[in-house]
Amino acid sequence: MIARWFRLHAQSLAGAFGRLGNTPLGALLNILVVAIALALPAAMQVLLTNVAGMAPAFEDAADFTVYLELTVEEDRGRDLAQAIGARADIESTRFISNIEGLSELRTRSGFGGALDSLTENPLPHVIKLRPRPATIERLDALATELDALDSVEFVQLDRQWVERLQAILALGGRMADIVTALLAAAVLLVIGNTIRLEINNRRTEIEVLKLVGATDGFIRRPFLYTGFCLGLLGALCAVVLIAAGLLLVAGPVSDLATLYATDFTLARPGLRSIGILLGGGALLGWVGAWIAAARHLRAIEPV
Amino acid sequence: MQKRYPGGREALAGVSFELARGELAFLTGPSGAGKSTLLKLIALIERPTRGTVLVNGQNTSRLTRRRIPKYRQRIGVVFQDHKLLYDRSVFDNVAVPLVIAGMTPREIGKRVRASLDQVGLLDRESHRPITLSTGEQQRVGIARAVAGRPDVLIADEPTGNLDPELSLEIMRLFVRFHEVGVTLLIATHDLDLVAQLGQRRIQLVGGRLAGDSGA
Repeated sequence: MIARWFRLHAQSLAGAFGRLGNTPLGALLNILVVAIALALPAAMQVLLTNVAGMAPAFEDAADFTVYLELTVEEDRGRDLAQAIGARADIESTRFISNIEGLSELRTRSGFGGALDSLTENPLPHVIKLRPRPATIERLDALATELDALDSVEFVQLDRQWVERLQAILALGGRMADIVTALLAAAVLLVIGNTIRLEINNRRTEIEVLKLVGATDGFIRRPFLYTGFCLGLLGALCAVVLIAAGLLLVAGPVSDLATLYATDFTLARPGLRSIGILLGGGALLGWVGAWIAAARHLRAIEPV
Repeated sequence: MQKRYPGGREALAGVSFELARGELAFLTGPSGAGKSTLLKLIALIERPTRGTVLVNGQNTSRLTRRRIPKYRQRIGVVFQDHKLLYDRSVFDNVAVPLVIAGMTPREIGKRVRASLDQVGLLDRESHRPITLSTGEQQRVGIARAVAGRPDVLIADEPTGNLDPELSLEIMRLFVRFHEVGVTLLIATHDLDLVAQLGQRRIQLVGGRLAGDSGA
């Protein structure tokens, strides 16, 4: 029974590849359409993953940067940092003098040459502080309190830009979801239409098969496999397209990273993502074929 | 049984007969007498308007759409236009009902060759049907119909496109199957041919039973 099941499925699978091979050009065009439709949302996901990777680790998100007034002396700044660090709601503080700040800026911004031409240090002293975990309201209150201190110019919540970036990423993610849904529907339609044409082309054969006692499942199976193969091969091509795309942008990205003096490298989709893409493509092909077969096979009856 | 098509044309009106297991009968009558309709009722291509078709004790009116395939696997059908699959070899054409029935490749090979041997086409198994003559194509169709060892074999004008000599050859083939115990019902308008063979004749005229040479 099981051997029979495997035999029938193996026959259908071999038959599906065989038929794709019978019309190589048409099959190739279909596969490419599917590949492009799958590659677009997958590429968006790769892009989003990379942008998200640029955001600092989440633990930095609650950090405050306290900019002192330019007139404040370094010793006074260090005292203030210690005083703030002694508060119960502060976990740690780090004092960054304007000299350290400038050298850090020199190495990280890539503006080294421009900075050398400055005659005096334009930067204030800075206190980086990490509050103990608290609600957002408490953190905001803390920020206001620190801002009110003498010799503090202003307080910046590092959380803000992280939140903004995350909001942008969330928007990007939502747009990627919409594009994914639309293009998945496109894949369903393309494969469904291909299967519909295939069914029409093989009308006589289907009639004969029904006459000699083929079940609906038997007649449907080769079409499902054709859809499955189209989806899977399309997804494989999509993987190749994305790999090629990454290869093409890798050079410019590393140039850009050098200019910004970061060691950023492109994150490549992992095996899991590739697996999802291949599985998704095959599944879409199968489902698209199923819908077309359910609609059109029933209408063909021997006369 | 009775069959009325939409539009009111009555193809069969009160036809009733019985075909015993292992019997051979020719269904004769002029065009439009209802021969094809009768065979279609047996193959469940059409359903009777009234009356019942019993095959092997099974009432075909009670078969749901889902169960038709299983039923048809027990019926061998030969068509006037052969209805072969022209993109496959002779072997594959004869193998179709056996593949559907889920037989092992070994069993399929044995049965296909046995069937092709019976119709005298064993040496053509790898040919494409299109390269064969009409008579040979019809014999492939017959081999396909008997490969699954059906309960009953029905044929609709199997010699309709053949010259008298080939027709006789095909009909002799059917008689030979009858001699080894196959149940057959063969529709034909060729009365001379039927007379030559001296088998049971069921005559239809205008959808009614006009004669039955004996059961």
